This record gives sequence, structure tokens and C-alpha cells, in this order.
Amino acid sequence: MKPSTNMFIAKMRVSGFKSVPYKISLEVQPRKRVSLNAQLQITLSFLILISLPTCVFPQGGNVVSQNQNGAPGVYVIRNARIVTVSGPVIENGTLVIRDGKIEKVGTNVSVPTDAIEIDAHGLSVYPGMMDLGTSMGLVEIGSGAPGTVDTAETGDMNPNAQAIIGLNPHSAHISVTRVSGVTTVLSLPTRNIISGQAALINLRGSTSTEMAVVSSAGLAINFPRVSTSSFDALFNQQEINISDAIKTRDAQLEQLRKILKDALAYGVARDAYIRDNALPRPKESVVLSALVPFARGERPVILRVNRETDIRAALRFAKEMHLRPIILGGNDAWKVADLLKQHDIPVIVTGVWDLPPNDDDFYDVLFENAAKLHKAGVSFCISSGDSGAHVRDLPVQAGMAAAFGLPQDEALKSVTLYPAQIMNVADRMGSIEIGKIANLVITDGDLLEARTHVRYLFIEGRLMPLVSRHTELYDQFKDRK
Amino acid sequence: MIDSSYRFEFYVGDAENVMKRLMVFFLLMALPALSLGQTVRRASDDTETLIRNATILTVSHGTLNGADILIRRGKIAAIGPNLQAARNARVIDASGKYVMPGIIDCHSHTMIDAVNELTLTVTSMVRIRDVLNPTDEAIYRALAGGVTTANLLHGSGNAIGGQNTVVKFKYGRPIEDFIFPGALPGIKFALGENPKRTNFPQLPGQRRYPATRMGVEEVIRDAFVRARDYRAAWDAYRVRSKREKNLVPPRRELELEPLVEVLEGKRFVHAHCYRADEILMLINLADEFGFKVRTFQHTLEGYKVASEIARHGAGASIFADFWGYKIEAYDAIPYNAVIMTRAGVNVSLNSDSDERMRRLNIEAAKMIRYGDMTEQEALKMITMNPAWQLGIQDRVGSIDVGKDADMTIWNGHPLSVYSRVESTLIDGEVFFDRRQDVTRRTELERERVTLEKAEPNRPPAKGGTEPPRPREGRRAYSDDDDQWFGGDQ
Repeated sequence: MKPSTNMFIAKMRVSGFKSVPYKISLEVQPRKRVSLNAQLQITLSFLILISLPTCVFPQGGNVVSQNQNGAPGVYVIRNARIVTVSGPVIENGTLVIRDGKIEKVGTNVSVPTDAIEIDAHGLSVYPGMMDLGTSMGLVEIGSGAPGTVDTAETGDMNPNAQAIIGLNPHSAHISVTRVSGVTTVLSLPTRNIISGQAALINLRGSTSTEMAVVSSAGLAINFPRVSTSSFDALFNQQEINISDAIKTRDAQLEQLRKILKDALAYGVARDAYIRDNALPRPKESVVLSALVPFARGERPVILRVNRETDIRAALRFAKEMHLRPIILGGNDAWKVADLLKQHDIPVIVTGVWDLPPNDDDFYDVLFENAAKLHKAGVSFCISSGDSGAHVRDLPVQAGMAAAFGLPQDEALKSVTLYPAQIMNVADRMGSIEIGKIANLVITDGDLLEARTHVRYLFIEGRLMPLVSRHTELYDQFKDRK
Repeated sequence: MIDSSYRFEFYVGDAENVMKRLMVFFLLMALPALSLGQTVRRASDDTETLIRNATILTVSHGTLNGADILIRRGKIAAIGPNLQAARNARVIDASGKYVMPGIIDCHSHTMIDAVNELTLTVTSMVRIRDVLNPTDEAIYRALAGGVTTANLLHGSGNAIGGQNTVVKFKYGRPIEDFIFPGALPGIKFALGENPKRTNFPQLPGQRRYPATRMGVEEVIRDAFVRARDYRAAWDAYRVRSKREKNLVPPRRELELEPLVEVLEGKRFVHAHCYRADEILMLINLADEFGFKVRTFQHTLEGYKVASEIARHGAGASIFADFWGYKIEAYDAIPYNAVIMTRAGVNVSLNSDSDERMRRLNIEAAKMIRYGDMTEQEALKMITMNPAWQLGIQDRVGSIDVGKDADMTIWNGHPLSVYSRVESTLIDGEVFFDRRQDVTRRTELERERVTLEKAEPNRPPAKGGTEPPRPREGRRAYSDDDDQWFGGDQ
């Protein structure tokens, strides 16, 4: 079956003034039918009526509108295998979505009469996946189009740079990513020492505010490290003397320590002034005021760090400064698993597919990293570590970790519930539970398998079109002779 | 499973086989004398290997359940249920496991110490064969991902690049053993942004011609005009020299000789390209000069001109779904493979990266998602199709009697992300075995600890710092990088 070639039959019958019950049948495959039964309120039916002429059916026959914001409504998903992640798998279950949330889930669920029905026989429902290591929306084309790159500011310390300000809600990466089942990402600024504030976003919405789950979810810091190589003006690799490299690292670390202390002092002075206007008013600083909640440990700092010595140094530094650290990268995290466990420091593992860091490492050293962290009881999640275009590889990267020792259910958690816990939003997302945001992926197979098709996608309870720049170009050229 | 000592095993039979034992004994005694200066004779030279009770993904003729593969002298001797092997055969029990042909990567720069000869726009005279490093650890990692054969290509910095080499990944062997015997030689061409050099920093005033796609076409055209003249000069010389003595032959041009081979169909063209217009440009140019492009490499917009590529008869070696890392890659779509395949183009999936090379099975599996290609089609794109693209389809690419015993054994279906390689065989010999790899780790760790304690490796005096660490390895491409240093997209 080729996508977008499915037959579409819509039968509509207006039977009342106030509501428009209708039935839509979709020929998905010669012997497979998906039906949607709906009793819709008139407002909703107008919306569907308007969008019907532009309905498209990519990737296997979904009724979707071209509206990239998705169709809100009351939905019931029936006959589904519901992989809740937080609890046991529900075979032949029913799930009701209302007001963007999961209203009901179970085997014995009363179906509301006003719901659009999706028969998910043979399909599985999963929570949407989350990737905490991206720069989604901050870069469109990395090479040759610097005008589309907003990942890194100039200067070493940019706590005031906010991803939520710079990210493009209309980036082609967003729809390409979500149609593969990744519904939420952390978008981080990159480079320098303090890169800026990361935003946790759902991959839906016309503006970044609409997309935001947490606008300022963490402060991205490249933890200073000893680097013995750099690049000259022509991007030729240059060796740096080891003692010079150490001096540079120490100086950078001191710089970081100083700005954090400055922010704490600034916070004290500012708060004092707020309490007592008679005190001298501190000169306002955009940079320092942005840093205060992170320096105080009220919000997490996300430390990009990979090597063992650097992870140890980062943990020492975070303890000294009373920060709330999350390790991002963590190639050598398995070597310091006990320490991470002891201090309960979570790790966003981005390097499942990185080449082994050292020439004499075992070939699977990074494939096994997540499995070892799991075994040691470290809080972790898996991330693609990609800036945007290839975040869709997230499920297969988690699957690869499972091929090398991570239990399969843990691999699934590492891209759903665990990232939600690390971002402190597990009360709202990361699993299929009543009251959580309805970010759901409906597939014809195991979520982490590369060959699985996503059949339906909900973000914030909206049925999203399975359309992206890629399906559009496919439709444009697939029949050209 | 494989006995780790198989390489030095010989059969010792029971009492009835005293004669045989004696013969083996004498043979072994005589061996060092007979093979002076040679390495120890390897088991695969004369020992049969029997892979027993596997699920065999032949790729050429479907899936066989519970079947055996008999390997003799490095070739597949028989396939079927309950095969009988010689009594001294090495037996691999593959119950519950999957066997597929060794993966072929039609675009790699592994083992290459110098990828791009960037000082000229036509560098057809340089050879990748001269800069191969058989100790590159990326080879072993690729074997652990099931890759047995790779097309090692010159970089894409020049409109006409250097000559490529097809190798089998016989890790641990001298370089001569790597060279794929009988593979037709090829040459790298490159179109678009890379030969334009517009994405790369340059010193003021050092801009190289060509700087546009117009110039790229002209450079290739000019080279073939010269090659045609050169060939005509030699043809004339050969005719005249039959009659005339003491004739001075034309001056040999190492730059033009490979291009004459292209004109004569004796050398494959592997052309790096992205945009549809430049693909058409090269097809038109090749038609005009009367040669065929064997493969378009990357071919990210191939889906826009799939029928033209099919009519020309070229293959396309592509990324499964890599896109957006530069402007000419922005229209790349993961449906590229299915559109071109349906149009009749031979499509392969390549890595162009030491990282991606380790998981080409997953890249193939993605193609089932995008456009509903079949499992068979997906597997073909990393086996039979690249074999054809390299002209080695009679030797490798499927599990068939008579073909080289290049295969890989998986603990599950190779198109599942949950599967991993157990063993990789080339010419019937095991070059990767996970159990052996894991078994050796404790010993290697111990060796490392000893080495780190050794005098020269101790850190400086107290208060000092750790010793310099080895430089980080080449990392996978990340489009977060301003510039790619390790590969060649």
C-alpha cells in the first residue's frame, strides 16, 4: 500500500439543526477498515466541514486536516492495545480524550456520545515520545545558511539567551519530527560556556508560546573541559599544549563560578530592595537577573559533559555551588554510575550512536551506556542529541540500547516517562494516565522499531495531520513519469 | 556457537582413523617447511564450515527456515535442510538465529588516511588504494554491524576526484588481502556545493574554479574533451605504429587514462550529487560522450528525476533519511528510495560515515516505514543492490551456492532494532564474533590497568594533572557543527 493513495469515502447526513451526526469510512487497505463515528457539536462539525476538502491521508489512511495545529475535539480510541508505560499494558482497551487531556482509559469505559471514534483494532497506543537533547527550531540548515542558525550567541556567558524567543514554530523539522511519534522536546541553545535557557515544547502550535510546556526549563551550560584541539581560521585542526589547555579550563571554570556568585549577590540585593525601598536600588542586569533562579538551585542547570573526569568535576562544582544539575551527553556516565546514583543526578544520554570515544574502547561501549546506568539505578533518559532534523531517530536509538542490554520496557520508558520525570513534568505527560495531556501515538507495531508506521497522532488532544515537508514532496513527485 | 580456537584445530578421530591422524600429523609437520615465510594456514582454506539450523534471509530467493549453509574453500557450497559436512567441519549452531548476506556499503571513507586531494578540480590520477590503513578500528566496528564489503571513495571536493577501491573488511590482515578481487575500478565525480567549495572557509583571493554549477559542468566536459583527444591520439599511434617503426608514442597522461577507461566502459563513475538539475546535467553529459554513470551517490533529489535516472541505467546510492544538513540537502525525503525503486532504479543505502556504517540494517528497516517497501526490498538495498552497483553481484550480495561465504549471523531479525550481530564471516572465515569479543574483555581490561600503572603513564607529581588523553575519535556528523570535518557529505 502506498501512502496517500487510499480511497476516501465520506457519507454525511444532516439530521438535526443542533448536531450533525455523520460517519466517515476510510479504505485504508483492501481488507482493512477504520471508521469514525461522530456526534459533533455544531461548532466542531463546521470545523471539520471546512477542512474536509483538504483532507489528506499520508502514511496509511488517517483522516486529518491540513491544519497543522490539529483538530481539537472529543475522541474515543477503541479496541486498542494501550501501552500505558506507567502501568500494565491494557489489551483491547478504550481511551477517551477530552479538552486536550486523557479523560478515561481502561477496558470498561463508557463511551461519550459526542466523541469521534477511532477503531484501533490491531494498533497500539503509546504516550508521545520526549527528547531532551535537541535544538529544535533554533536551526533549520546548519551549513551554508547561517541566516537560519540561532543556536549560539556570541560571548561566553549568555544566561539571558532564551530558546523560546529564538525558536521557529514553523520549522520543517517540527512536523517531520512529530509524525514519527516524538511529541515533546527540550530545545537547548548551544556553545560557549553558558549557552542560554532551554524550552520544553510540544511539537504543535503556531507560536512558541502556544508550544511551550515550560518556557524556561533549564540553563544549558557547556561545562568547561580540557580540550587539546581547536580549529584555525581555515578550520584546520590545531593541537594545543596540555598545560595551556588546563589553564584555559581552570580560567573558564573560575569565570563560571564568579558569574554564579555575582548572580546570587545580585539576587540578594534585588530582593532586599524589593522588601525595603529605602535601600540602594541595585543596577538592573538582564544577564544576572536571568541567572538568579538557576544559581539558587530553583531551576535545573543542564551541564553538557561527556568524559569521566569532567562529569566528576561537574558534580563537584554543582555541589559546591548548590546547583540542581542534570547531565547532558554523559558518554562516560556508566563509569561514574555509583556517584550519579549516590547524588541522585539524572543523565540525558545523547550518545547512543556516537562512535566510541577512545580508539581502544569496546565497540559497544556507548550502545551499552544506558543499560549500565539502568542497572546501577541511575535516573536517565535517552535523547537523539540531534539539533532537529534527525530527532526522529530517537525511538531507534532507544531500541539500539535495548539490543545491547537495556530491557525493552526500560527503553520505552527512557523516551517517555523518564524524560518527563527528569523535566519534572511527569504529572502532566510521559505516560497514559487519566488527567495527563493527551500526547499519544498510535502505531501498527512496536514504537521503537524503525519499520513501524505511525497511524494516528495526538498532541494536546488534537488529532494531528501526518503531514510534513517530506510527505508533501512525496505526494508531489511520486507519480511523476 | 563458534569455538574460539577453531583456527588452530584439526580433527583427531577415533581408533578407525589412525591413518587420517597420521596424515594430518605429517601434514602439520611439513607445513612450516612448505610455507616458508607464510602465515599459519587458516582453517578456512581447507576446513568446511557448517552453519546449522538458521533462519536464512537469502535476499535472492526468500527466507529459508531451519536450514543449513555449508561453506567450503570460502564459498557457499550448499544450502538446505540437514546438510552433511566433513567430520572435521567447524559447526556453528545458529538455532534461533538469522543469517543474511554480508552488508555492502557503497559509500565509505573508512581506512582512508587522506580523503580529498583538493588542490586541483580534476584529480583522476590519484588513487585511494595508495592511502588505505588496514588497522583503522572503524573496520572492526563495521564488522560488528554486519558490514563485509565497502566502496572506499575519494572525497567530493573535486568535480572529478580520485580512483576508488572496493575492499572486503579482512581486519587484521595485510592490505593486499582487503582488495576485492576482480571488482571493476571506479572513479569519484562530485557535483554541487562541495566542488564549488562555497561551504568551506577559504583565504581571500584563494578561491578555486569552479565556483558555480555551470563551472562544474564545464570542468567535467573539458576533462572528457581532453580524454577523447588523448584516446584518439593513442588510437592513431597504435594504427600508425603497425606500419611505421621508431614512432614516438603520445606522452602518457595519468590524469586522462582513467577517463579513457570511463569512455571505454572499463571504469565505473560514482557521482556525488544532490540536486535534480545536476543529476540531469551529468546524465546529458554522459550521453553526449557515450558513457554510463554507474551510480549517483547521495542523489538526494533523485526522486524528482527518477525516470531519467532509470532510463540512463544508473544506480542510486543514497542515505535512508539523512537530510537538511545543508541547502542542497533540504529537499531530501525518506521516500526517495521507494520512488526511485518503483521507477526501476537500482537503489542502495550507504553510510558515508564510520558511525552510520555500524547500523545500516536499521537504515534499511526505515524504508519499510517510508513508502511500505517490503522486507526483501529493504534487505536488497544493503546487499544485492550495492553489489550490482559495484559490479560484484556474481560474487556477493546474497546467500546462493557458489557465492563468496560473506555473511552475518544475528540474534534476531536484522531489520529489528532489538537485534545485534553475533558473527560476521568473510570468505567463510570469522572476522567478528561477539562471544569472543566479550570473552576477551576482562583480559584486555587487566592489560590496560597494568599499562596505566607503568612508569611512563603515571600522572605527574602530586598536585599535577592527569596525563594527556588520546584525542577523541572522529565523531558522527551533527548538523549542529558549523563544519563537518570527518566525512564527506
